[in-house]
Amino acid sequence: MSSQDHDRSFAPHAAGGGDDVDRREFLGECLKACGWAAPVLLGVIRVPILEAQDSAAGGYDASEHLYGMGIDVSRCIGCGQCVAACKTENDVPLDSRHFNTWVERYVMRAGGPNAADAVEVDSPNGGLNGFPPLEADGEIRRSFFVPKLCNHCTNAPCVQVCPVGATFTTEDGVVLVDDDYCIGCRYCIQACPYGARWIHPEKHVAAKCTFCYHRLVDGLVPACVEVCPTSARIFGEVEHRATPLARFMRFNDIQILKPHLNTRPKVYYANLDGEVR
Amino acid sequence: MVNLPKLPQHKVPQQVPRLAVVFILAAVALVAARYLLVPETFGEIGHYRSAAVDSITAREKMYAGQQECALCHNQLFERRLGGNHRGLACESCHGPGAAHAVNPVEAKPSIPREREFCQRCHAYDPSRPTGFPQINPVTHNPLTPCMSCHDPHEPEPPVMPGSCAACHGQIASQKAVSHHATLLCVTCHVTPDEHKISPRLSRPSKPLDRNFCGSCHSEDASSPANVPRIDLRSHNTRYVCWQCHYPHYPETS
Repeated sequence: MSSQDHDRSFAPHAAGGGDDVDRREFLGECLKACGWAAPVLLGVIRVPILEAQDSAAGGYDASEHLYGMGIDVSRCIGCGQCVAACKTENDVPLDSRHFNTWVERYVMRAGGPNAADAVEVDSPNGGLNGFPPLEADGEIRRSFFVPKLCNHCTNAPCVQVCPVGATFTTEDGVVLVDDDYCIGCRYCIQACPYGARWIHPEKHVAAKCTFCYHRLVDGLVPACVEVCPTSARIFGEVEHRATPLARFMRFNDIQILKPHLNTRPKVYYANLDGEVR
Repeated sequence: MVNLPKLPQHKVPQQVPRLAVVFILAAVALVAARYLLVPETFGEIGHYRSAAVDSITAREKMYAGQQECALCHNQLFERRLGGNHRGLACESCHGPGAAHAVNPVEAKPSIPREREFCQRCHAYDPSRPTGFPQINPVTHNPLTPCMSCHDPHEPEPPVMPGSCAACHGQIASQKAVSHHATLLCVTCHVTPDEHKISPRLSRPSKPLDRNFCGSCHSEDASSPANVPRIDLRSHNTRYVCWQCHYPHYPETS
């Protein structure tokens, strides 16, 4: 490009000699051009990100939500409907080793001086078919059911250890597994302190509770919450005041599992016994 | 003066272009590796493939949600809201209904009629919370389908519970083998009749003062001589008796 072109395109009224454009003026023009181009350039960068968010589910904005679940232990009757519904909804194998959610039965017997030994925990088939009757129930001092599932930790150890970025926390706080990208190394299973993960026997990838993410984006609650007959499971948003979870947390003393690990779970328990691990 | 060989001016040392080639190759290899190994859509939102979120949200739903059921079955839905099963979703008993919502004629949800189904929630289990309606399946009208007496959409006890043990079985079985076996529940608990209909809204009373227990256990009480006695004026006056002693199964000594 000749200096004449410069004169025409950038500074037709340029002073100072004619055949050379003034340096100060040239830089000024450049700056101005950048100013005009900036929105376009930024737009080009931003567009794919916005598209990716929109395509997640038409109109659903993940950044507006932060999900959590409340569990009222004093309401659970151990019927196992949640376990059955979860297996149906999420295509979990119907065997006795793979669960996204399960129910544990705690039994404390009149055990004498060493009371810690007297705590029994069982979960036959994850509670899927209910629980067999207890033997010698006259000796029972206390007994209750505790539903368990992935705690969707804010500081999720499983997400930290995944070597390929196949498990991740979404913007709405749900910990998910990327089926197509997981290499099945089982690192996350070792890392999870709640035992919430398992390897899918056919797909050979890690699997876990998704809070029924495919239901959440349509405004539905997870399947286990939907079918719970006693409203022992409460679902809602963690940081909003007007949701069932906020009410649950306002009226109950809330506990979390293994708080000393600083995983900051988003599954909150009410009326939880100290023996529950 | 020594005659040094004349070096060419601005000559790049030999090792620099060689190193440059190595660096360029490494950079190209890095870019190529990233291009080949980092999957599409990775890192758009976070350290993951955002396409994975799409494939998870695209999963098929099996449970339609009770609002979907209410669109057609609104009369049943309304009736259920008035009864004790108001907190129960339709699909809790009838099973997943998303297919039925799409094709109501061909996909029919289940209608459980067998006793075993109701027993999953209502059979007596000591681990269940006190006050949850439970029956003993062996003694409670065996072989009769539950639906012949109870309407599952509006379940009320067909007859009011005749005894406290119908609901408070755990307490009753303990009391039966204790020293308080001969006492009736209503000896200590003033129970309004409404408690049988809405047990949580109208609750029985508990003895609020020590003199109530004292009517049998104080030193000057007119009870049989083998009833244990204490001096009400000196014995832990800060507490009501049942704060230390469990009245449904009091200590033997």
